[in-house]
Amino acid sequence: MLKAEAMVHGAFSPADFLVIAPVAVCFLFGAVLLMARKRVEWHPFVAIPGFALVLGIDVALLLKVAADGPQTMMMGNWRPPFGIAFTVDMLGALFAATAGFVALCAAIYATFSMSRTERRYGFFPFLFLMMGGVSGAFLTGDIFNLYVWFEVLLIGSFGLLILGSEHEQLDGATKYSFLNLVATTLFLITTGYLYGLFGTLNMADIAQKAGRFENDGALLTIALLYLVAFGMKAAAFPLNFWLPASYHTPRFVVSALFAGLLTKVGVYALIRVLLMLFPPQHADLATLISWVAILTMLAGALGALAQSDLRRLLNYFVIAGIGTIFAGLAVTDPGSGAAPAVVAGAAQAAGTITAATGDAAAAAPLLAQHPGAMVVALSGAVFYALHSIVVMTALYLAGGTAARLSGSSSLFAMGGLWRQRPGLAALMLVFLLSVSGLPPFSGFWPKVILVRGAFQAGLPLLGAVILLTGFLMTVASARVFAFAFWRNPPERGAGTDGASFPPQKEPVPLLSMLPLLMLAVFVVIAGILPQWLVGLTDVAARGVVDPAAYVGSVFGGGS
Amino acid sequence: MRTVIFRFTAPYLTALMVLFSIFVLLRGHNDPGGGFIGGLIAASALAIYGIACGVGPVRRALYFHPMAISAAGLVAAVVAGIFSVFAGTGFMTGLWVFPTLFGTEVALSTPMLFDIGVYLVVVGGISSIALALEERESD
Repeated sequence: MLKAEAMVHGAFSPADFLVIAPVAVCFLFGAVLLMARKRVEWHPFVAIPGFALVLGIDVALLLKVAADGPQTMMMGNWRPPFGIAFTVDMLGALFAATAGFVALCAAIYATFSMSRTERRYGFFPFLFLMMGGVSGAFLTGDIFNLYVWFEVLLIGSFGLLILGSEHEQLDGATKYSFLNLVATTLFLITTGYLYGLFGTLNMADIAQKAGRFENDGALLTIALLYLVAFGMKAAAFPLNFWLPASYHTPRFVVSALFAGLLTKVGVYALIRVLLMLFPPQHADLATLISWVAILTMLAGALGALAQSDLRRLLNYFVIAGIGTIFAGLAVTDPGSGAAPAVVAGAAQAAGTITAATGDAAAAAPLLAQHPGAMVVALSGAVFYALHSIVVMTALYLAGGTAARLSGSSSLFAMGGLWRQRPGLAALMLVFLLSVSGLPPFSGFWPKVILVRGAFQAGLPLLGAVILLTGFLMTVASARVFAFAFWRNPPERGAGTDGASFPPQKEPVPLLSMLPLLMLAVFVVIAGILPQWLVGLTDVAARGVVDPAAYVGSVFGGGS
Repeated sequence: MRTVIFRFTAPYLTALMVLFSIFVLLRGHNDPGGGFIGGLIAASALAIYGIACGVGPVRRALYFHPMAISAAGLVAAVVAGIFSVFAGTGFMTGLWVFPTLFGTEVALSTPMLFDIGVYLVVVGGISSIALALEERESD
């Protein structure tokens, strides 16, 4: 009797299982590949269709969420809030689909760049394990479960990080694992406080109950601790130092996935927890977040200018990108206490932005519903995060190809790649322009939205720093292109770091350019036709600012 | 640790412990026990065998590589969840069948399959670490 009341009743169709399928498929493929660990030559032929399947499921899930709103499945049919919920809204679906796309590209690239020994260490099984964790983090609706997925993806990433067991890699992995474990421990402790206060771990349930608590110190403490934990994960200033210390040691394809995905999981968790669950506390912390954003952007851009190694330079690009995303999270809705004129201005800004993207039809509902500055800025931040996942992965993969062609990743030793591989040079140029935020590529529109959002919300300094960072990154990108591609190859021994000479050049098959081409297609399409993506990120941002649909999907149906 | 007494008793001890670990595993649904603790007992049994007789005999006795055992457990755990797709219930819902074998009713369920999966993951993972450590020691 009691059990019957605690269980959800109702039949599920196979389409409902899309919510859980990305995680289940990743683990199934990873486990099967681990069982066939001796048959290394088969791995790519199983892994690439596997990642294609995951991407297909992610896209189907995205379409389903776009059509029907947030989707929930309770594990083991236990009724919310007792059971573990998997709840997917537009935000989670967008991140999961982008992650699936990037993972497929990385798997194809790895097929052509990984040596046999590295595959024997279990590259593809670890990749599936990590993707299972990443997908789980994007899809879960339970905050403790989110912690578990963080741990799962960490275990997968440890394995990928030390692939090859080189001395330098172990050094980087020690820093990486120690600091990430500190961050996850902080996450766990904070979740303990949260459970002590609310008595529930279901995010929809917390979102419902958070309003009933008075805005005293306890909730602010929890919100601040989450900001520190996720800020560390995302490598935001002043907790960014672990990233440049460890991301340059593994293989390029591993760095690519880490730079693209793992920091963004931290950003996603921050959006989900701080903005959706604790909006008043987020408003209190907004000034702090805006300073974190400003310093992260500057630290990233100046760090990139100072580097002479391609991979270390890209590490700082990641940090600058994180700062730009944080800028979008620093904007709050002034509705709680500020002048209504600001709200109207923001609505007008939203209208003009959408009009500028050339989609008049989308502008009408935007104006009608008066989105606050927060929705506008958050939409820009989500767009920038998706762009950053794709572009950072692409930059590392292109950089890896360039380094293999010239036998070194030092900018002093590279050169002449424009003549050697014009196709690669053109793709690299596209990615570099995109990461600097220049049109007509994917980095341009989110920066426009973010800068306008910042100015409309009365944060001119934040907007100015976004623009300044864009300029500094353009300079750093120009350095990369001028040194590695444009100029003639340097004389042998002319490099300042003599250690990398004589260069070990490797042949690069043409087919390994396919993933770069796939990523470039996304970058160009998102730059030229941004309105479809802006439409989706707008829905995602609205869903976070007003989680009624999210809560309804957990508690409304199924009983 | 290659004393005669230890080397003589270790195989019996190992066999008993593995048997006990399976008992703990199957007991786990309604009583204290389960896949995780059962797996730990089995892994320590293998570790004892490794200390007494060396790592080579343990690897030969296991036949499969410990990581492959771990992976098989992961597959079993995921498959336990996937059964619910065909039953049309929420993922990981417990499903039971009660077939009669030789006049005895046997309770088979997806939670049991999941627990066996956990058991295999723990046996594979822990014994893989233990054997690697013991191997280094003998170098």
